[in-house]
Amino acid sequence: MALSSRPRPEDLLEKIRAEEARAAKGLLKIFFGANPGVGKTFAMLEEARAKRAEGVDICVGLVETHGRPETAALLSGLEQLPRRTVEHRGVTLTEFDLDAALARRPTIVLVDELAHTNAPGSRHERRFQDVEDLLAAGISVWTTLNVQHLESLNDVVAQITGVQVRETVPDAFFDDADEVELADLTPDDLLRRLQQGKVYLAEQAELARDRFFRKGNLIALRELALRRVAERVDAQMRGYMRDHGIREIWPAGERLLVCVGANPAAARLVRAGRRVAATLRCDWIVVHVETPGTALRESDREALVETLRLAEEFGAQTVTVTGHNVAEEILSYAAANNVTRILVGKPTHSLWRDKLFGSSLDRLIRGSGDVDVYVITGDAGEGEPRVRRVAARRSMPWAEYGFTLLIVGLATALGWLVFRRLSVTDVAMIYLLGAMVVASRCGRGPSVFGALLSIALFDFLFVPPFYTLEVADLSYLLTFGTMLAVALLISGFTLRIRQQAELARERERRTAALYGLSRDLGNTRSRDEVVKAARQHLEDSFGCMVQVLAPGPDGRLGALEPIARVPVLDEKELGVADWAYRRAEMAGAGTATLPGANALHLPLTGASGAVGVMVVASPDIERFQEPSQRHLLEAFAGQVGVALERVTLAERTQQARLEVEAERLRTALLSSLSHDLRTPLSVITGAASSLRERGDQLAPETRRELLESVLEQAQRMNRLIGNLLNMIRVETGTLQVQKEWQSLEDPIGVALIRLGDRMAQHPVKVNLAPDLPLVPFDAVLLEQVFINLLENAAKYTPPGTEVEIAAEPAPGAVVVSVMDRGPGLPPGEQDRIFEKFYRAPEVLPTGGVGLGLTICRGIITTHGGRMWAENRPDGGAIFRFTLPIAGRPPADLPLEEAESLR
Amino acid sequence: MADLAPVILLIEDEPEMRRFLRAALGTESVQLVEAATAREGLAQAAGRKPDLVLLDLGLPDGDGIDVTRRIREWSGVPIIVISARGQESDKVAALDAGADDYLTKPFGVPELLARMRVALRHAARLASGKDEPIFVSGDLRVDLGRRQVLVGEKEVHLTPLEYKLLTAMIRHAGKVLTHRHLLKEVWGANTADQRHYLRVYMTQLRHKVEKDPTRPRLLLTEPGVGYRLQVS
Repeated sequence: MALSSRPRPEDLLEKIRAEEARAAKGLLKIFFGANPGVGKTFAMLEEARAKRAEGVDICVGLVETHGRPETAALLSGLEQLPRRTVEHRGVTLTEFDLDAALARRPTIVLVDELAHTNAPGSRHERRFQDVEDLLAAGISVWTTLNVQHLESLNDVVAQITGVQVRETVPDAFFDDADEVELADLTPDDLLRRLQQGKVYLAEQAELARDRFFRKGNLIALRELALRRVAERVDAQMRGYMRDHGIREIWPAGERLLVCVGANPAAARLVRAGRRVAATLRCDWIVVHVETPGTALRESDREALVETLRLAEEFGAQTVTVTGHNVAEEILSYAAANNVTRILVGKPTHSLWRDKLFGSSLDRLIRGSGDVDVYVITGDAGEGEPRVRRVAARRSMPWAEYGFTLLIVGLATALGWLVFRRLSVTDVAMIYLLGAMVVASRCGRGPSVFGALLSIALFDFLFVPPFYTLEVADLSYLLTFGTMLAVALLISGFTLRIRQQAELARERERRTAALYGLSRDLGNTRSRDEVVKAARQHLEDSFGCMVQVLAPGPDGRLGALEPIARVPVLDEKELGVADWAYRRAEMAGAGTATLPGANALHLPLTGASGAVGVMVVASPDIERFQEPSQRHLLEAFAGQVGVALERVTLAERTQQARLEVEAERLRTALLSSLSHDLRTPLSVITGAASSLRERGDQLAPETRRELLESVLEQAQRMNRLIGNLLNMIRVETGTLQVQKEWQSLEDPIGVALIRLGDRMAQHPVKVNLAPDLPLVPFDAVLLEQVFINLLENAAKYTPPGTEVEIAAEPAPGAVVVSVMDRGPGLPPGEQDRIFEKFYRAPEVLPTGGVGLGLTICRGIITTHGGRMWAENRPDGGAIFRFTLPIAGRPPADLPLEEAESLR
Repeated sequence: MADLAPVILLIEDEPEMRRFLRAALGTESVQLVEAATAREGLAQAAGRKPDLVLLDLGLPDGDGIDVTRRIREWSGVPIIVISARGQESDKVAALDAGADDYLTKPFGVPELLARMRVALRHAARLASGKDEPIFVSGDLRVDLGRRQVLVGEKEVHLTPLEYKLLTAMIRHAGKVLTHRHLLKEVWGANTADQRHYLRVYMTQLRHKVEKDPTRPRLLLTEPGVGYRLQVS
């Protein structure tokens, strides 16, 4: 009873998202066939001609005719893009030119043979990656593919035909294709065509021809191809049902766990896993259990990396867990992740090992409870990799042997001392103690060596007949055996404990590294700090060099300050970074995309997508292929991405706030300008006009008074304009500070002279500490600070009160105070007075715009100093500011001879 | 400046400023030649052989600094630059290009006349080739022949460099001297960037010569530009 019901909202959302992504992306059409010669290229070209006849902008990126006239004839009417030629080991190869296609931007481009491997030095290793780029660029692609090139069917095909195909294409590519068209031919027809020479075979295929083109093979391959297409149709059907709200019985929450070991055969297990997962339509996880204290062989490590990469390509989640007991780790992981089925390979080792140490598989099956365990054929690893044991502490074997000799020597000496008084059993006990001490401190080698040495010495010195290695009483053999067994057992335990400690330490280190990074990133307030923190932690944890790139205002990626020397970001690396950024995928050295790059490029993603790229360079960049290292690095990149996004957003918010502030300033400025400029202007206009009209009739004193006020008001306007200009410079951040090392006396003197009569009513006392150093500052700006502060003092304090300027050195700075004896600052307003357009409540008629102090603070802040105000305990106000003394004066003064002039 | 009615060339594009200066200099016995553009100014400078040039830095058809440099290619005529406040670097550039002094807008007529007087006197002294052996300004009296420096009645002792700095200021008394100029003259050619030398010695010199070194009356600082020795 197929019931129609409303589709779930999240499904619809998913679909809309997928459709949106598809709208921007080009469409992929695959002409799919069971084997070469079934007419895929032919079908593709025929359709292309039809499309072109419809007026679609279609062109041929690359199609191999293999010298066949029919194909060539079909090709002749179509536009062909030029090919790229590549020199490789003296051979000239022609390749599909991705950049030419991207530049040409047709609606549809034809690219034959999806599984092709590009010549070394190409942008991507594989042609399907080129196709991905085309699709991402919004160009639709038509291509051809044979069933044996599908990753998941690779080994099945190998089993059938006996030919291992190396060039495989991820299944996701096939599954996500927008259209798949099957080119089908019956095996008999194909064989006929082959005999007629209508099927071209490449040289290497020529060799396999007899094995490959057997009728049985062809039938099997055809079945595989048909089945794969049918699976696709089935998936489409389900998609349709979901879209249209048709309910179906969904496999309830199945989850598959595939356990792989570190060996080349594990890939088969992964492929089998994919097939099972596809049939069950469930999530699947590929897990590898790392046993501590074991080092993988180089080839096995590579195989493991390859296996896990393959699994990720198939859409599995991959996990590496660490523990001694493989079965236990797998079961606990399965329980924690609601796994319903476990897939393992059959064991390959001999039975006696299982009898002696117990079988992991056995334990797994016994402990599996509700979980189904599938054991599949063969040479697949069963979770336990082939390993060579490594001593936990390999660094000082000689020291350990030395220690062993010392302990055995001590035991012998002690035994010699007590031998006279006590029995030989006690001496054996002493040796046993020695063996235990050695075993508990050293590795297996020294322990066994110590035990054997002890036995030999005990036998030689204390067991009759003395001074020979012969043993009279055979019961001593039991003593010897016990000593050896104890040594072996204890050293085994010690080793295990030490390994566990090592493992815990390693985990601890990783956690600590991540925690340290996240803590430091949490404190960052700017991009600079994020870059610095990332660089610091990556260097500490991985010993690698890092650049952080983010898109600039023009959308192009650029390195963020501070820029490091390494890795060098040339055109090529920037290209890789750009790819990684746009695709939000890892690229560069050690990955499948642009592996020729010098550095590894990790996209930095925040909540809203990619925010930048982290470029990592290291002498041994290959180690990031190892999953645990790579995952840690990815975790780092994740943290950095989030932090970068956070500070970028914060900067944007700040920017918006500044804009609002600037708007407020503009409004206030306009209203204030209209008032403060018009007042002096009206005085000037009035005075000047009355002088012109009635100048002759006015008394000389009146004329003089009028002229004085014109001059005074003009000067006031001049000061006002100066302040406004400075304000704008401070506000817009265009205040140019030209710091030079100089003494504070200078600007104070100049300010006093420029103020002139305005300070006539206020005696100014200058009190500079005699040991005042030179300070770096901009003389013109600081002069302005003093003028504003002194003018303020003159304005707000009663005539006749003293104003004092004092300066004294402080650690790393000079503190300057301007103190008056006026009424002091209104309580609680000490900070508000620095706000723009602030005026004291009892504003005097000569009051300015209320910008003076704001400008002062702006100037001091731009100098890196701080300005504040306080009240003097005995009446009056103090305006204080600091000027930092950063660095040293440029050079010491040349010494002058002490001799003075005559 | 009454003896020969010196020719003053005013290069200024603002008609209001020209009108104001024409009025201000009208009472003085000078011949005023006006030019509104850099090109016209250069032509007049060559044609009329002025005794003094008043040059506005912001001209519509060219840079005042460039005009200075062009005039200096063939003439030593004193040039006084007129500019707005906040253009300190332009002033320094003009002075380094060969201008003799500068005035900051807005300025008063007495200040303008004083600067013109200093410039004309300086030019006359250069022409006659004679240096006054004794310099007096305010309390300061320097006998250049006997290398003696008196402040009031008291003789002060200067180090050789302090004395060299003082005499350099005296040679151009009344005129503004840029940091670069003074450094070159006192310390030599390669010290143009070592302004803090100059500042330290100027402070020392003020402590010996000025009554109140925090409020100098003789050795004045021209902020952002250099120093000037006040003539009384």
